[in-house]
Amino acid sequence: MKIHELKKAFELGKISRRDFLQRSAALGAVVAAPGSLISGVARAEPKRGGVLRLGMGGGSTTDSLDPGTHPDSIPINLEHQLRSYLIEIAPTGELVGELAESWEVKAGAAEWIVELRKGVEFHNGKTLTSADVIHSIQHHIRADSTSAVAGQMGQIADMEADGDHVVKITLKNGNADFAWLLTDYHVSVFPTEGWETGVGSGPFKLVSYEPGVRAEVERNPNYFKEGLPYFDGVEITAISDAAARDNALKTGQVDATNRVSQRTAHLLDLAQGVSVQKIVGTKHYTVPMLANVPPFDNVKVRQALRLAVDREALLKTILGGHGEVGNDLPIGLNQEFYNTELPQREYDPDQAAFMLKEVGMEGLAVELSAADAAFDGAVDAAVLYAEHAKAAGININVIRESNDGYWSNVWQQKPWSMCYWSGRPTQDWMWTIAYESGGAWNDNNWENASFQQLLKDARVEVDPAKRKDMYWEMQRLHWEEGAVVVPLFAADLMGVSDKIALPEDIAVNWELDGHRCAERWSFA
Amino acid sequence: MRFWLSLKRAGLPAHIGIIVIVLFAFAAVFAPWLAPYGESEVVDAVPWATPEESGTLLGLDQLGRDLYSRVLFGARNTIALAMGITILAFFMGMTAGFFAAVVGRWVDLLLSRLVDIIMAFPTLFFALIALSIFGTSIPVLVFVIATLDSTRVYRIARALAMDTNVMEYVEVARLRGEGLWWIMRREILPNTLTPLLAEFGLRFCFVFLFISSLSFLGIGIQPPAADWGAMVRENGVAITYGIFTPLVPAAAIATLTIAVNLVVDWFLRKTAGLREEY
Amino acid sequence: MGLTRLIANRIAFGLITLIVITLLISLALEALPGDFAEQRLGQSATPETIAAIRAQLGLNEPILVRYWQWLSNFLQGDMGISLSNSRPVSELLATRLGNTLFLAGASAIVAVPLALFLGILAALYRESLLDKLISTSTLAAISLPEFFIGYILVALFAVNWQIFPAISSISDNMTLGEKIYASLLPIATLTFVIVAHMMRMTRAAIINLMQSPFIEMATLKGLKRGRIVVHHALPNALSPIINVIVLNLAYLVVGVVVVEVVFIYPGLGLLMVDSVTSRDLPIVQACILIFGATYISLNMLADILSIISNPRLRHPR
Repeated sequence: MKIHELKKAFELGKISRRDFLQRSAALGAVVAAPGSLISGVARAEPKRGGVLRLGMGGGSTTDSLDPGTHPDSIPINLEHQLRSYLIEIAPTGELVGELAESWEVKAGAAEWIVELRKGVEFHNGKTLTSADVIHSIQHHIRADSTSAVAGQMGQIADMEADGDHVVKITLKNGNADFAWLLTDYHVSVFPTEGWETGVGSGPFKLVSYEPGVRAEVERNPNYFKEGLPYFDGVEITAISDAAARDNALKTGQVDATNRVSQRTAHLLDLAQGVSVQKIVGTKHYTVPMLANVPPFDNVKVRQALRLAVDREALLKTILGGHGEVGNDLPIGLNQEFYNTELPQREYDPDQAAFMLKEVGMEGLAVELSAADAAFDGAVDAAVLYAEHAKAAGININVIRESNDGYWSNVWQQKPWSMCYWSGRPTQDWMWTIAYESGGAWNDNNWENASFQQLLKDARVEVDPAKRKDMYWEMQRLHWEEGAVVVPLFAADLMGVSDKIALPEDIAVNWELDGHRCAERWSFA
Repeated sequence: MRFWLSLKRAGLPAHIGIIVIVLFAFAAVFAPWLAPYGESEVVDAVPWATPEESGTLLGLDQLGRDLYSRVLFGARNTIALAMGITILAFFMGMTAGFFAAVVGRWVDLLLSRLVDIIMAFPTLFFALIALSIFGTSIPVLVFVIATLDSTRVYRIARALAMDTNVMEYVEVARLRGEGLWWIMRREILPNTLTPLLAEFGLRFCFVFLFISSLSFLGIGIQPPAADWGAMVRENGVAITYGIFTPLVPAAAIATLTIAVNLVVDWFLRKTAGLREEY
Repeated sequence: MGLTRLIANRIAFGLITLIVITLLISLALEALPGDFAEQRLGQSATPETIAAIRAQLGLNEPILVRYWQWLSNFLQGDMGISLSNSRPVSELLATRLGNTLFLAGASAIVAVPLALFLGILAALYRESLLDKLISTSTLAAISLPEFFIGYILVALFAVNWQIFPAISSISDNMTLGEKIYASLLPIATLTFVIVAHMMRMTRAAIINLMQSPFIEMATLKGLKRGRIVVHHALPNALSPIINVIVLNLAYLVVGVVVVEVVFIYPGLGLLMVDSVTSRDLPIVQACILIFGATYISLNMLADILSIISNPRLRHPR
């Protein structure tokens, strides 16, 4: 539906104001609702009951209930249905306690004291104590841990229970953003008996789970959040094919889907009884170069390649306009301490050619490795990049790699490849995992002494004004000399049936309302 | 002269088939001159723009490239690959199949077990694993698919040759002291050619489909080179929204397949010789 | 050589083939870049966690040692547990195998008689308009990739006319009727995919035989053409037809991954793709065994039927 058609539909009373706003947002338009009809529309109290049927991509028959190894969306979403976290990110973006009633940090940001909510019951009837919390975090940091976050949680030096409801956490080095790490989807809390049964303190109890096929849960009557959840149960069906997800939603076999293909989103939005919701968060696509491998060790080459891509064209073609152009920073526009003074880097093939000429590398030929495993459309994006770069006299040879094994054989291995990051809610977290020298996920090997020093200093700095200066300087350094091209920030698109009542605020940290749709949504 | 005469008498279907094949071959050879745009040139960053919207003959593909130009360029890769793979597969499969059937004994046993082992692997996995290990260059692609296809040809060639091999005239030739190669070429081949030719027409088209399936798993021809199978895959999802773009490369595959099989049918009739009127 | 001895022989060779292919797949998975630990952690792997996973699952043992362990356990009836989620492989396979056989069986019941019927019809009325219509339309159907046929059927029958469901996620608590209804579109898709091949071979083999002296004799005797085709030509043309049918039946069990993806049908193919991707060897072994055994037994069936249909093959020199 075009924006003027929407307006008309709204004025004729065919769609509600909420629908109007959501649909216009999905179309990427920022518009004020036509004035006359707004007053008098209030959000009704959410209805209770019904079973939410989700059709989701991102599941595999090899998934499990182990929170340490969740590789993709379905097990992550299920985790949020079954278990709770110490701290959660509210739909509006700030931190609120979930199992934690409160937390405080001592000076130096190395000592954290978390006070637990009292009277929280697990699905098996056991009451939550600090022992469960320590056991759950231990799962990620003990010596033989197989957890995907073993690295990032490894900064914990010691944990100690102070009675049944207080946990003291000591870090090896200070980290002012540590509370954010406790919201990581891996770090859920399960009873000391273990994670194998799926027992947690979440809004739903596990009924059946067939990895890669379906999962079924029912309401937890003793859920500690008053009045929640609204649904009686949730059914997840694994649908890996984007077209099949669209079809399932259109035919009413599911009520909501994740990962609507950006290319067909506008078409799905036209379908009867369905709308597409768009969220731009921290998910971004990157094209990392290994800065220690020629020719990428030459800063002029890196700068030229950053100038040689037409980001607007990529946004239009690869994302169907659903997203933002990136400015070679892995930090979202709306994130704290985003450097607003850096100009947007534009497509400038002449300047790129000039820079290469300066260092005697005109007619540069490089290889770019791509597979759709990196992100949907990565091969196409690489092909377009190569087309754009031709204007600068740069010859990019796109190597199509196998999806299978992409992350172990291509990413971090080939000198230039396609990659994506879901992003992290804080600057420190994002820079640390992928840009800190020697980090396990560092995919660019860009060594800049002042950048690395600033990263360490900012981590223990608790004064926001000083932190801002430090992060701004880091972003400037990376923007000027870094080895990662960040051409796009991708929107998360979900397809939602009109039968679902969405809350006013929808979280942007993960798809499907921060993966908490089962708890936050209801039927209309 | 005799060839032209028989061509003239081939009948309308064969003529249609030949004209289509010639046209496609012409398109393949002269694609750079016929195509209004380059193989990977982006006309307008509007995915699946209609002909009217984009001012092109067939509209744009998923990246906003000219579909008509890509179909023309695709003809080169597609026809060359499919031809090469099918011919190689038939050469390998028929030689091995006849050999096994005529020599029999341990040769048959060995070859048949080897083929069984290859065929017992699901084809897609065989290709996936082989291409992951050896890399996805064109020669590897051709050889892997030809190997897979040749096992199917082997089965049929062997079954047909076994049937023929026990016929009296083969016995006679053998008693006459004819050599192995002579028997394979002069006795077995002509008497098994008809069903094998029918198989050729189909195998030829399976190659497109297989390449299309491979691109489903993210392997196949290197982009931005166009091939019809991958083009159907890349644009396929649009059909669920009533956008007809993927039908164009699909129709190209279907037209070529039908044309090839029309010509094959004509050959079939020619080999059937004088009993034609029946 | 008697038929029984031949069968015994083939079974023995079949078992050897199975052992060879399981060994080969182990070696192939090992040769693939990236092992289970690396695939499991993907982008978030660190050297420490990779080492921990390998140690816990015994992946540091050489592949031949691990293969031997698997084989000896398997021969004692233990298929092992999945590396990924520690579930018994036999349990993971049971439902999936049932689903795959259900889909393959249903498609075969529709497709094989249809192909034979169309093939005989086309051969009988050779060169007629009917023959051309059958040949051309089956060729057009076979030219379309299977996922594309699936998309078209879904667009028409599920989205546009809303007659059948768009996804066929069948489960154990459905009745047979419900299962068939839910699976109609994948069955139709598979039928489209395999009919052309079998039909064309039937037609070609019959036409080939129609030129044989004994058919001419029958014609001269004044028998009706339909009778000649069904009673004289078909039985003698069976061998190549059976071979093609068997190839396609094997395809129905082994090669339908893409259709499973399009219709979200919980079959063996998807399980195998996921397991190869994550290098979950015990599951891959079990799948390849099932696929291999299916193929080998169907193949054996084809050979036996061929021999029965052409008694001369029973007594090779």
